[in-house]
Amino acid sequence: MNGGGGHGGALRSFLKKVAQFVVVLMTTLFGLVAVTFFIGRVVPIDPVLAIVGDRASPQVYERVRQELGLDLPLVQQFWIYLKKAATGDFGNSVLTTNPVMTDIANTFPATLELATLGTLIGVIIGVPLGVLAAVKRGSLIDQFVRVLGLAGYSIPIFWLGLMGLLLFYAKLGWVAGPGRIDVTYSYLYTPVTNIVLLDTAMQGQWDAFWDAVSHIILPACLLGYFSLAYISRMTRSFMLNELAQEYVIAARVKGLSEMRVIWRHALRNAAVPLITVIALSYANLLEGSVLTETVFAWPGLGQYITNSLQNADMNAVLGGTLVIGAAFVLLNLVSDLLYRLLDPRTR
Amino acid sequence: MAGAPLAEQPAGLRAWLLSAEPHSRWQARLGRFYLGWRAFSRNPLAVVGLGIVILLIVVAVFADFIAPYSPVAGGDLRTQRLLPPSATYWFGTDDQARDIFSRVVYGSRITLFVVVLVALIATPIGLLVGTISGYLGGWVDTVLMRVTDIFLAFPRLILALAFVAALGPGIENAIIAIAITSWPPYARIARAETLMIRNSDFIAAVKLQGASTPRIILGHVVPLCLSSLIVRVTLDMAGIILTAAGLGFLGLGAQPPMPEWGAMVATGRNYLIDQWWVAAMPGLAIFVVSLGFNLLGDGLRDVLDPKAAK
Repeated sequence: MNGGGGHGGALRSFLKKVAQFVVVLMTTLFGLVAVTFFIGRVVPIDPVLAIVGDRASPQVYERVRQELGLDLPLVQQFWIYLKKAATGDFGNSVLTTNPVMTDIANTFPATLELATLGTLIGVIIGVPLGVLAAVKRGSLIDQFVRVLGLAGYSIPIFWLGLMGLLLFYAKLGWVAGPGRIDVTYSYLYTPVTNIVLLDTAMQGQWDAFWDAVSHIILPACLLGYFSLAYISRMTRSFMLNELAQEYVIAARVKGLSEMRVIWRHALRNAAVPLITVIALSYANLLEGSVLTETVFAWPGLGQYITNSLQNADMNAVLGGTLVIGAAFVLLNLVSDLLYRLLDPRTR
Repeated sequence: MAGAPLAEQPAGLRAWLLSAEPHSRWQARLGRFYLGWRAFSRNPLAVVGLGIVILLIVVAVFADFIAPYSPVAGGDLRTQRLLPPSATYWFGTDDQARDIFSRVVYGSRITLFVVVLVALIATPIGLLVGTISGYLGGWVDTVLMRVTDIFLAFPRLILALAFVAALGPGIENAIIAIAITSWPPYARIARAETLMIRNSDFIAAVKLQGASTPRIILGHVVPLCLSSLIVRVTLDMAGIILTAAGLGFLGLGAQPPMPEWGAMVATGRNYLIDQWWVAAMPGLAIFVVSLGFNLLGDGLRDVLDPKAAK
């Protein structure tokens, strides 16, 4: 409509996109807060009773109730909750007694480390596999990718993790067991970023680094497999789409080598929708980490949420849920925005 | 020859089914169904998937006859605990000296119960939200779709976790939580279908006849959205099973001593290294059943929704 508006028009339409982006982000985040607030209200646990105990006098009970703001109208309570959530204040965890946000800041890097490595594995193996499957359609490798994908959608992640531990840790002894690093190494470095691989490598503690690697490799490969199953399947379908286009024929007619046609011409065009897929799979790994971290005793956000759940620590559960939800929303929107920026057809 | 009339009969039946001029609506429907089945059965993996799902239903219905032992009461705790798989105990025994095979067999009932109930709760919600939103348009559409987007924004397992945490652990609450997290994609699909149907001539004709809005939505729009929704729900079944098993594994789904597969894997975790079968067998059951639903869903999609097939 306003495509021919020159520089001013392009800038205006981009700013409009960004404004839309912010509005969507804000309403969705508002919705996330509303949902967690609602969940917090229907909990059968009485938060006052959890603090004062069941032998407290009615006066004490009433005072704590007022201190928590539970006597206010629901709308006002929601407003207070919203204001606090906007500043990252989710109250204190009953279990650790720290502010929930501090706990989240401490555990999130571990989750991020695992999910990032998993996505890297998924991309490095998944994209070439998907390309090969599309190029050699119907061949053995195509069937292999199909089976890999189907299995990835059907295997319970926690079960595969346990079987992996059984085989590679208990029977073969190739990798280290649960946890992030052995206790003997855990004092050899000072946590700066809280990402163990980075911290140990930057401080030159190579023994500790390799110990951390042998701890992370199994859960990362596990998450990587689920990411790979999804990425390879999507790469295949995008590539099939591109390989049927006329510019591919034109490139072949020009006499370009098949390698160049596939990897430089077709894959480059398939890369645009792939970015969305990779962002989505990254977001999914944040979710998959809840079960994986439980299996591998990985001290990340997922394990923090499940631990809090089992101890009815609602502040921590809702804070953690909100943070993962927000990360999820942000990743989705960023991938959407990148897609618009990279693909001229969507402008 | 004696075989000739027998061979003739299916041909006659097939001709009747494939007749270009069906004499009744019933015949036309059966003919459509037959064509669909022919396309479906050409895909061997889809047939395997259907076989697994049928097997799950049969096992769940006849669990009393199939399971050799009780799923809840164990044997002698001194001699029959944690026995490896053998001819007497096909999948071995667990820490309470219970036969794991019998527990897996009875667990199929819980799995089926969860899947069916989630589908029965989530599909109508999604269908209603989607068709109302699509048909009415305007601010109703904006509000309903915003709400849908918010629910879509949460990762499914995390939202289900938070709901179960609020409602308290248990199989019923797990089902409610999974249903709450399952309806948004259905609403999206139903809305997209409705947008296409809304402006067609037959809707205009029905409107001119004086049909009310609820009547148009329920009687004319909803039936047309069903087929693509059924495909999506079937494809989702594996995800529902995996989420339910994940909740069970975290101790938030079915409570002991119910033989829920996810919870059984969680028990097996304590005996993983020396008694691997306690965790392996129920996990294998989850895997096979999810695979069955995935294969079936893929096959159904190819038949009912050729556009979406890649």
